[in-house]
Amino acid sequence: MLGLNRRDTWFLLIVVALTLLTPFLLQPFAEDSALAQFNAGYPDLMQRIAIYGIFAMGFNILFGLTGYLSFGHAAFLGVGSYSAVWMFKLLSMNVLPALILAVAIAGLMALLIGVISLRRSGIYFAILTLAFAQMAYNLAYSVLTPLTNGETGLQITLSDPRILDAAATDSLPVPSLFGLEMNDAAQVEVLGRVFTFSVGYYFCAVIAILAFYVSMRIFRSPFGLMLRAVKTNQTRMSYTGLNARPYTLAAFVISGMYAGLAGGLLAAMDPLAGPERMQWTASGEVVLMTILGGAGTLLGPVLGAGVIKYFENIFSKINENVLHEWFGALPGWLETPIVGLIDPFVGEGWHLTLGALFMLVMIFLPGGLMEGGRRIAAAWRRRRARRQDGGSGSTAPAE
Amino acid sequence: MDVILLQILNGLDKGSAYALIAMGLTLIFGTLGVVNFAHGALFMIGAFCAVTLNRIFNISFTTIDETRTDFLGNPMEVHTTYLETWLGPDLGGAIIDWSVPLSILFAIPIMVAIGVVMERGLIRHFYNRPHADQILVTFGLAIVLQEIVKHYYGANPIPTPAPDAFRSAIDFGALIGLEPNAVIYPYWRLIYFCFAAVVIAALFAFLRFTTFGMVVRAGMADRETVGLLGINIDKRFTIMFGIAAAVAGLAGVMYAPINSPNYHMGMDFLVLSFVVVVVGGMGSLTGAVAAGFLLGVLESFASMNAVKDILPGIDQIIIYLVAIVILLTRPRGLLGRKGVMEE
Repeated sequence: MLGLNRRDTWFLLIVVALTLLTPFLLQPFAEDSALAQFNAGYPDLMQRIAIYGIFAMGFNILFGLTGYLSFGHAAFLGVGSYSAVWMFKLLSMNVLPALILAVAIAGLMALLIGVISLRRSGIYFAILTLAFAQMAYNLAYSVLTPLTNGETGLQITLSDPRILDAAATDSLPVPSLFGLEMNDAAQVEVLGRVFTFSVGYYFCAVIAILAFYVSMRIFRSPFGLMLRAVKTNQTRMSYTGLNARPYTLAAFVISGMYAGLAGGLLAAMDPLAGPERMQWTASGEVVLMTILGGAGTLLGPVLGAGVIKYFENIFSKINENVLHEWFGALPGWLETPIVGLIDPFVGEGWHLTLGALFMLVMIFLPGGLMEGGRRIAAAWRRRRARRQDGGSGSTAPAE
Repeated sequence: MDVILLQILNGLDKGSAYALIAMGLTLIFGTLGVVNFAHGALFMIGAFCAVTLNRIFNISFTTIDETRTDFLGNPMEVHTTYLETWLGPDLGGAIIDWSVPLSILFAIPIMVAIGVVMERGLIRHFYNRPHADQILVTFGLAIVLQEIVKHYYGANPIPTPAPDAFRSAIDFGALIGLEPNAVIYPYWRLIYFCFAAVVIAALFAFLRFTTFGMVVRAGMADRETVGLLGINIDKRFTIMFGIAAAVAGLAGVMYAPINSPNYHMGMDFLVLSFVVVVVGGMGSLTGAVAAGFLLGVLESFASMNAVKDILPGIDQIIIYLVAIVILLTRPRGLLGRKGVMEE
C-alpha cells in the first residue's frame, strides 16, 4: 500500500493509530488521583510533541542518514515561524498559506546556507551552520527588527491588513483551517478521566503523519541509500564516480523544509514568533532529541522529541514541596537528604536532568532509546530460546 | 588616530579572553584529538571560583550596636567579617578587596583537578569515537556543569568587584603622548590584557623550553612513536588537559570584574572561541592566539558608530562572517597545519 511493503505498511498503520490515540494514551490517570500530574493529554503539550517530532524527523534525514551534524537547524524553525506569522498578518488567518510560505522560505534559506556550508564536512560543517544560525539570530534581534519585531517577538494585531479576511472584530483572530479554529477543543469525561480532543492537535497530528510517511519513503528509496553511502564512506562513493554534493544538498534542503514546517506549525498554534527560537541552544535541543531517540532510525527522533517534551513538562512542575509530600512518609533524617539530592534535578533544574540523561545515553547507548529497545528485545529472545532448549546451556551451531 | 587606538584597546580585553579559551581548546585538540564543547563551562567555573572566594572572604557575623539606630529606629546591626576580626581591619580589608587576584591561587588547583577528573573520567572513553560523539557528550557535560552552577548560585549575574585601586580608568592617550582625555581605558582591562599575555607567554615557554613540553610536542606530532620510546604519553596528555582547563579557568577568574559572572557566560564564549579556533587553524596554538586577538579587535571596530552607519548590524555578525569567508577560502584556517582534521 502507498508504495510500501507489507511490514512498513503495518509500521505506518501502528504509528497512525498511536498518533491519533495520543489524547487517550497520555491521559492514563484519573483526574483526582495523586498521579494526575503525570497526565500529559492536554492540547498544548501534545501539539508540541507532534511539532518537535516533525522537526526531529527532518533533522534525522540530514544527520541520521548522511552523518552531517548541523548545529544551526533552529534558524530554519525560526524563519518558518516568522514567515507564518507574516502570512497571518498580511493575507489571512488560514493556516495553509502560512505553512506553505514557511516551508518555501525555510527551503530557500536552507538551499542558500547548504550550498555554502556543504563545501566542508565534519566539525567545519558544524561550525559553519552554527555561524549562519547565530548570524540569523543576532540579526533578528537587532537590524531586522522591522521584520521580526526584535526582542518582543512578532505578533498579530488588530490593525493588520489581512487582505482576505479582514473582518472587523474587536478581539484578536485565531488561526484556522477553513473555519475550524485551532484552539477549538472538545472535552469528554470517561471513568473520571478527562480527554481533550483539540483541532490544533489533530491538525498537527495529520501533518506529522504525512511528514513521517515522506521520511519513510525517503529512508526506503534509492535516494536514501545514497545518503547512507555518504555517511558510510564518502571517499569510496566519489571513487565510484558519484558526486555526493547534490545528494547531501537535497537532504539539507529537505530537512530545512521540515524545520520550516515545524516552525510554521508552532506559529499556527500560537501566532507569535521570537528570535530565541533560533538560538543555538534550540539547535542543540533538536540534536539531543534525535540522538536520545536514536539517530538514523525512523521512529527514534519522534520518540526522543516526545520523551524530552513530556519530561520537560512533568519535571518542571515538580518542586520542593511536591517532593516533601512524596517522601513525607519517610523519617526526617532520611527525607531531608533524599529531597536535597533530587531537588536540583527537578523544577528549574530540568535541564540538569536532560544534560545528565544525554551524557548517559552518549556513553552507554550511542544508538539511543531505539537501540536500547533492540538490545532488550534481543536479550529477551535469547533467554526464551535458551528456555526452550531446556536450559541445558546448549551449544547450538551457528546458523 | 586616537579613535583607532581606542578601538584596538577595546578589542584587546575580549580578544584576550578569546585567545586564552581558544588556546586551551587547541591544546586539547592537538594533544588528545578531542573536540571539547565543555571548555566554555570551564571558563565559567573559573569566574565562579572568583565569586566563591569573594563570598568566603565576606563571611561575617552580626552584632547589635545599641548606640546607633537604623532608619527604622531599631538598634543597628553591624556585619563584621571574620577576616577583619582575625587579621585586623587593615590586612583583612585588603585581602577582601583583593579577592579576585587572590582567586588565581585558589582557582589553579581546582581547575587542574576538574580538568584531570574530566579527562580520566569521561573524555578518555571517547578517543576512538567520531568527533560528532565527542562534541555531543561534552555538550551534555557543559549543560550539566552550567545547571549545577545555576542551582547553587542562581540565574542572576553576580557582581564581583576588582580591587579598589584598579576600579578607575587610566588616561592611556596621555601616556603615549597623545592629547589627554582622548583615550580613556579602565585599569582592569589593561591588567586583563597583560595577564593574558603573561599566561600565553608562560604556556608557550613551558611547551618550548621544558623537557615536559618537548615530550608533549613530540606526542602531538607522533603519539605512537613517543609511546614506543617508553614514555607514558597518556599521563602527560592528561596533565596537559588539566593545564588547558586551568588556562580557561584563569581567563574566567580575571574576567569576573569585567562582566559579572552568570551561569551561561561559558556558552556565550564557547561558540565564539570555537569560531576563533577554526579561523586560527585547528591544532595551531599561534593561530588560536592570533585569531583571538584579531577577531576581538575586528569586533570592536565593527561596533564603531561610523561603521554601523554604513553597514547596519555588522557588529553582531562580523565574527561569523569572517569565519565563513576564511573557512571557504583557506580550508585550514589562518595558520593550520596540514593533516589536522582533514576529511
